[in-house]
Amino acid sequence: MKILFLLLIAMQGPVLRWGGDAEGGAPFVEADPADVSRVRGFDVEVAETIARGLGRRAQFVQVQWSSIDQSVERGDFAIGMSGMEDTPARRARHAVTVPYFEFREVLAVRPADAGRWHRLRDLKGRRVATLGATMAYDLLLAAKDSFGIIPVSYDDDVHPYSDLMTGRVDAVLLDHIIAKRRSSLHFVIEPQAIATGHYVAVLAQADSARRDSVNAVLITAMRDGTLEQIYRRWDVWDPAQGELFRRVQDEVVGAQHAAPLQGIAPLQGVSVWAYLPSLARAAVITLLLSFLSMGIAVVVGLALASARVYGRAPLRILATVYVEVVRGTPLLLQLFVIYYGLVGVVRLPAFLAAILALALNYAAYEAEIYRGALEAVAPAQLEAARTLGFSEAQILKLIRGPQAFRYALAPMTNDFVALLKDSSLVSVITVVELTKQTAIYATNLGSWIVPGLLCAAVYLAMSLPLARLARRFERRWSVA
Amino acid sequence: MTALLKIEALGVRRGARDVLRALSLSVQRGEIVALMGASGAGKTTALRAVAALQSFDAGRIEVDGFALGPGPLPTQAQLGTLRRRVGLVFQAHALFEHLSARDNVTLALRHVLGKTDAEARSVAERLLGSLEVGARADALPRQLSGGEAQRVAIARALALDPPLLLLDEPTAALDPERRESLGRVLRGLVKDAGRGLLVATHDEAFARAHTDRVVKL
Repeated sequence: MKILFLLLIAMQGPVLRWGGDAEGGAPFVEADPADVSRVRGFDVEVAETIARGLGRRAQFVQVQWSSIDQSVERGDFAIGMSGMEDTPARRARHAVTVPYFEFREVLAVRPADAGRWHRLRDLKGRRVATLGATMAYDLLLAAKDSFGIIPVSYDDDVHPYSDLMTGRVDAVLLDHIIAKRRSSLHFVIEPQAIATGHYVAVLAQADSARRDSVNAVLITAMRDGTLEQIYRRWDVWDPAQGELFRRVQDEVVGAQHAAPLQGIAPLQGVSVWAYLPSLARAAVITLLLSFLSMGIAVVVGLALASARVYGRAPLRILATVYVEVVRGTPLLLQLFVIYYGLVGVVRLPAFLAAILALALNYAAYEAEIYRGALEAVAPAQLEAARTLGFSEAQILKLIRGPQAFRYALAPMTNDFVALLKDSSLVSVITVVELTKQTAIYATNLGSWIVPGLLCAAVYLAMSLPLARLARRFERRWSVA
Repeated sequence: MTALLKIEALGVRRGARDVLRALSLSVQRGEIVALMGASGAGKTTALRAVAALQSFDAGRIEVDGFALGPGPLPTQAQLGTLRRRVGLVFQAHALFEHLSARDNVTLALRHVLGKTDAEARSVAERLLGSLEVGARADALPRQLSGGEAQRVAIARALALDPPLLLLDEPTAALDPERRESLGRVLRGLVKDAGRGLLVATHDEAFARAHTDRVVKL
């Protein structure tokens, strides 16, 4: 049976593995509703056109959008596509094809603000959202310095628009086809584009020969109308694409990239030094998040543990349900629920939501540590205290509490180290902490080596002293 | 003469089983009474009932005029008088692990009786000295030998100067020499302060040599 399966595969001919992110959704790449094991979208059809042109069968590889560059370079697949922007950094580090689509960066605003803000300079002091590590994000960073806007980075392109409508942000800057896809949310797209850019396919730097072949296939597809048919099918065709095709065929666009329309240059000249201040700021955010969350987690954890050890049955059951539900569900899910799920009830700022989610999650773990520690104090000691006339409150304060604290201190410190690292998850709700800042840096730089090492060094500098402290506590009180 | 401790027809049930049935005994001031029986005979249960750590189902207990009856235990606040009249030395000592020998003794003096640190310290050092563990006052429980820990536990139980002292299997972990020494210590406690002692033990030789009367379960 297995041999038959392998034969069938072999009969289908050589494959061209291409990587994209189906989470990005239509019209780029999305799971086919008719058969969710397959993908569809205009990028999927462009990839299939390329594969056919190379005499191969396209095989899709799912990869996180922000990792496409790194994955193609390490050979996970031959070509990366999914609305990959043509940037100088990408051109410098990878073999990049000719542009095959021209997009416009457009501002989306709430209907009440329509016509009020046309350009980034009009948005001084306003929160403007976009997808992190994109040309739009670079534009916002530049506008932060030039015009005093507040960039808000997201990990996906859905929540910027939903947050726009709930008032968490004042505008969204993203590619026009992404804005168009989300137009059911009834925001208004400002007609004047902020910038234009191009989508390209990305190959490994050493794979320039194949890149040239892909270019030939793309140019043929532009010339014979194949790409136009694809774009029309996906309702993304406009006259700008025809103009782009003509320029590409005339070899005008080859090394061109995003063309800012309003004198705002995307960030360039990325170096380690340029990123150090933002890394330091992000490290402070990480520390703040961790200390505040842990402080709340300790208080809530103590209350939960006390309820479980001393409370009456209903309180004990409530505390147990809380601990089990929180420990049994992913922190990521809790973050989404608190930030996005509760938006109809309370619209929490991202930083506060991040602290709350981390604190409430870790409170469940702390509660179990404290409960275990309280129950580790020998019951005979508590009885001895009762025979001496101590009240229950005195017993907790003078005998049980101090001993439980010693038992709990080492695991608590270890938990704090874990929280320090888990705090990186909050980037999904727009908080730019150390890991997120590093990812942005790495994407711009096109390499994870220096940013990764720097980020690891900062985390180690924060966590190693704590781990050492935990070991000291363990040694000091382990005999007791 | 009024008995310091009077137990009348004490009965404790655990489910369908009688842990103790119709136990009656008394302890006078200046008297050491041994409560003897095999393991599981209910010796510890009887001591715990007298110390109001456990409820009982039948009978009556009276300690120096403070009466306990069957049914749920009174609250800790209601037991205030009894706590001053009964000291209990646990078989495993149950010293407070985070405190030195001295602080094990001073804790109740300071926080229950409200004595100053200096007063409490003075009482603790006198008690520890009289029990021949004065030199170990700064040691933590884990640094004490079994015999030393037992004496510190006795000193702690005596801190509130109760007229009745209960000891649960005090010779369980002692060699013959230390058993003799303990016997002398107990005799001294009774003679000097006119206390009464109820000692739960299965050690017949110790009971015959160092107690005034034996009650068998």
